[in-house]
Amino acid sequence: MKRNIPLILAFLAGLLMIVSEFIPHRPFSNMVETLENWFMIIAGFSIVLGLASLLQMNYQKISTKAENWGYHLACVIAFALIVIMGALWGMEDQPGLLGQGEKIVSWLGKKPFDYTYDNALVPLSATMFSLLAFFIASAAYRAFIIRTFESNLLMISAVIVILGRTGFGTMLTSWIPESYRIWQLPVLADFIMQYPNTAAQRAILISASLGIIGSSLRIILGIERSYLGGDK
Amino acid sequence: MKRFLTILLILASFACLIAEEAPYFRAKDRPYDKGDAIILEWKLPASIDSLQIQKADSLGVYQTLFIPLEGETSFVDQDLTYDTSYKYRLLAFGAEGADSLQLTASAITKQNWFYMDKLAFLLMLIILSAAIIYYILAAKRGKQFFIRRISGLDSMEEAIGRATEKGKPILFVPGVAELGDIQTLSSLSILSQLAYRAAEYNTEIIVPCRFSMVLSAAREVVKEAYLKAGRSDAFKEENIFYLTDDQFGFVAGIDGIIVREEPAANFFLGSFYAESLILAETGLSTGAIQTAGTANAHQLPFFVVSCDYTLIGEELFAASAYLSRDAQQVGSLKGHDFGKLLVIVLIIVGVILEIAGISWLKTFLMGAGS
Repeated sequence: MKRNIPLILAFLAGLLMIVSEFIPHRPFSNMVETLENWFMIIAGFSIVLGLASLLQMNYQKISTKAENWGYHLACVIAFALIVIMGALWGMEDQPGLLGQGEKIVSWLGKKPFDYTYDNALVPLSATMFSLLAFFIASAAYRAFIIRTFESNLLMISAVIVILGRTGFGTMLTSWIPESYRIWQLPVLADFIMQYPNTAAQRAILISASLGIIGSSLRIILGIERSYLGGDK
Repeated sequence: MKRFLTILLILASFACLIAEEAPYFRAKDRPYDKGDAIILEWKLPASIDSLQIQKADSLGVYQTLFIPLEGETSFVDQDLTYDTSYKYRLLAFGAEGADSLQLTASAITKQNWFYMDKLAFLLMLIILSAAIIYYILAAKRGKQFFIRRISGLDSMEEAIGRATEKGKPILFVPGVAELGDIQTLSSLSILSQLAYRAAEYNTEIIVPCRFSMVLSAAREVVKEAYLKAGRSDAFKEENIFYLTDDQFGFVAGIDGIIVREEPAANFFLGSFYAESLILAETGLSTGAIQTAGTANAHQLPFFVVSCDYTLIGEELFAASAYLSRDAQQVGSLKGHDFGKLLVIVLIIVGVILEIAGISWLKTFLMGAGS
């Protein structure tokens, strides 16, 4: 019974979502929106679970003085600070327990929560994102090392596309007459991106979509139930 | 009687001719929709210089809705409420010296019972579902199906073995999407199999989650797997934890775990975006054996370059069936193959028809069934 009720619910919800995709009449027309709202409500409650997990995990590491426990302490302090700042002075137009905090706003220029968000979280996120530039360089180096026939092809295509996207590439091949313009690097780069690359991407997309249909059907029919925790 | 009918026919034809020539402004409910749009069509004499379409608000006052460009003869007013009457007015201003026109029209929005433009999708869905169900039933009757080897999944044993030998944990990241994403569900199905094997080998498994809903599902999945393996005592709830909802905060957290804990095997399975390369490259730098899988095609090259094994697109969805070796699930994979065959046939037929200048198949498949 413990397993059957979720399976029946999954079957009904799955069926409703499929039907509502093809029927524009109510009650089906607003079914997706309703179910999404339900999901949001449940997700809202589950945030408490996430916070409990975060604090529990960090507290355990700090209390047992596990290796690198200082990082966990920093995490808890940062968490507590941002909660306190948000609760006391609110964020953006929302007031906190101490109102809009005019005094502190005149000193910082913003509410403490917004100030911390803009000056700590945003730069930190940007830093993580910028790491990509270095990682792309190292990954590209490894990918383009000529080892096999395939990596040869990859390297040649990559060089054409990279050069074709720059002014240097245009300059290199601008002498090629218009009747042979396919051999101009920018045109060749566009050709690679538009045809072989798009074809491969679409093939992956089509097969993934078929996989999604199959997976969804297995879940709706209750054949695939490991996401519930087990088979029995 | 015959003469009367002939005269009537001539008169009707004449009336039609006049009607076609006369300027008009029509409003009609858009067919096969959820009652949220009205189609406006007009035809005006050539002497008209500019025009404006107005819509009556709740007080009946006409407000400008749209100023058509030269040559435009229709407009779709969208985001309307169903079962509601809407009034429109067309103001056409003649060129210097010519007459101006004012035409009105009204229509009621109606909800319909079928999206006709989705007919092709429905037919495809029915055919694919029927094929998948057929193969599932065939597998149930005992028919054996061959499925090709997926080295990324075969490597799971190798990865767990290596982690056990080194006495290091396994890191499993179920993507960065919510529980409602099918990739996350597929990822959790793989986690179930992986956790079972990890429990058998008594190897720790670390699962950081980006969303609380994913956390609660992942905990349940791992707990059940340990129970199934008879190792419920070895289950550590604190190893499946929530990090943060923030995308790059989540990446920073995982990178920290990879660098500090140095897991012997990393699994990145699910939906990934810009963080894919950051995670995979950090994992590579620690020398861990890495398996990744996603259906987000634009992230696959990053995983292919940095990971030892990559599940490409549908392989992620086939993983659970492949690992469980359950006959019914394997049968459903044959249904996928049938779907691929169908798509290949449709592409070939479509290309031939397009070359021949026949485009009804393309129009139908692209959703212009209405």
